[in-house]
Amino acid sequence: MSTTGKLKSSSSELDFDRPNIEDYLPSGSTIQQEPHGKLCLRDLLNISPTLSEAAGAIVDDSFTRCFKSNPPEPWNWNVYLFPLWCFGVLVRYLILFPARVLVLTIGWMIFLSSFIPVHFLLKGHDKLRRKIERSLVEMMCSFFVASWTGVVKYHGPRPSIRPKQVFVANHTSMIDFIILEQMTAFAVIMQKHPGWVGLLQSTILESVGCIWFNRSEAKDREIVAKKLREHVLGTDNNPLLIFPEGTCVNNHYTVMFKKGSFELGCTVCPVAIKYNKIFVDAFWNSRKQSFSKHLLRLMTSWAVVCDVWYLEPQNQKPGETAIEFAERVRDIISVRAGLKKVPWDGYLKYSHPSPKLKQGKQQNFADSVLRRLEEEK
Amino acid sequence: MGNTSSMLTQYDIEEVQQHCNYTFTQQEIVSLYERFCQLDRNSSGFITADEFLSLPEFAVNPLSLRLLRLLDGLNFKEFVAFLSAFSPRATLQHKIEFIFKVYDTDCNGKVSFNDMLDVLRDLTGQFISEHQREQVLAHVLEEAGYKKDSLFVLADFMKILGNSGLKMEVEVPVD
Repeated sequence: MSTTGKLKSSSSELDFDRPNIEDYLPSGSTIQQEPHGKLCLRDLLNISPTLSEAAGAIVDDSFTRCFKSNPPEPWNWNVYLFPLWCFGVLVRYLILFPARVLVLTIGWMIFLSSFIPVHFLLKGHDKLRRKIERSLVEMMCSFFVASWTGVVKYHGPRPSIRPKQVFVANHTSMIDFIILEQMTAFAVIMQKHPGWVGLLQSTILESVGCIWFNRSEAKDREIVAKKLREHVLGTDNNPLLIFPEGTCVNNHYTVMFKKGSFELGCTVCPVAIKYNKIFVDAFWNSRKQSFSKHLLRLMTSWAVVCDVWYLEPQNQKPGETAIEFAERVRDIISVRAGLKKVPWDGYLKYSHPSPKLKQGKQQNFADSVLRRLEEEK
Repeated sequence: MGNTSSMLTQYDIEEVQQHCNYTFTQQEIVSLYERFCQLDRNSSGFITADEFLSLPEFAVNPLSLRLLRLLDGLNFKEFVAFLSAFSPRATLQHKIEFIFKVYDTDCNGKVSFNDMLDVLRDLTGQFISEHQREQVLAHVLEEAGYKKDSLFVLADFMKILGNSGLKMEVEVPVD
């Protein structure tokens, strides 16, 4: 993934009205209650609240916290634990890892030897072909999950294939998709990746139905929205899985959900995913490591343990805007998975915040000054 | 702690603590070092303006550009000294000195009407007309007994801001 080189100003495409940020920030950091009384020199010169906010952001900000991957705690290496830990490393790298690679290789062989013939030979019989391809992809994902010794506990009713519904989930790593895919063959909307992942995307994932987007293209949003709508209306398409955060977050927080998935006029089924950090930290910090390194780390850990909750499908309430709907669903997912909400757009990883946010603060201050002037008269 | 603290020796911590006049505890300095390393992504030894602006909470602050001028090219020791004005242990004098520095763009020890107007413009943006801004500032200056062409020094700021409690504090998260 590209590192943050030059940040560009967000285009107007990314400007959407957002809930009040002050609701989310801890109470200590908001400006004090509305000042009253005659406006004096001290009020205009005293910039300490604004300065405190800036310094607070420098010292610790809620956005960076979302993408912080905690380094593994070094063990207390005393004479008892050190040999135990060494033994553990040996087991993980010399026994588990080769076994897992073997499992994965077998899985690939079975998959490719079935998928390729089916794909070409059954060209005419689309319905049957797709049914078989779907099961094959589900099987392959199970092999992947087995290769990290994935222990996944599913809660809630299994998703059913119906038109006019989308599934949304919180996003921690690309393995989210694999974990969900092993139970139900979802169609997915993804950022196109380079390398072997991209190859997989364009060949195998095409068969379950995938929509590509490109974060850096401004006009892309409209094209993607159109493709989403078309997919959802098709009766034969696999249910669509969307990660509305738009980026990987560290499984302790959720960033704002993009409203695109919530204005399709269909039922939204929330899915919450929570990884158990004791076994391995599944957060894919795309700035720090490539997907291959990430997979390697998973394959040399003890296990990937997570909970998946399929939650009650939600519909847009009358009078509710798409953004309010998105926030409501985010709330449901965050509560279920024990995640904290932050008021930031995930894409701020790649671009500067909209000037409207700064202007909002300026307007507040300007209004309070003008109001106090009025009161004097 | 994570492995970043191993790059900061006890001697370094004490040196930094002395430089900021003991306004931060040693634990806070270690936390600030972790934060500094986190922000300084290319490990250049200082945090660039772009790296600061990648913090959305900072970027939306109306005084961010003004502060970037003061934060430019600071190494860790100076970074801690910069933040020391926000420690609960900092003296009121220190805090007002900091505010004065934010106003005094040309660092000549004097703050003019235009300097104050500049800061007011940063804080209010397009939501007050330039003319009205000048009027308001001139009005409150007069009320306080100053003239429009008065030049303010630090002592004046102490007098104006020093009376009632000035709250300018930030908490450094300590693991």
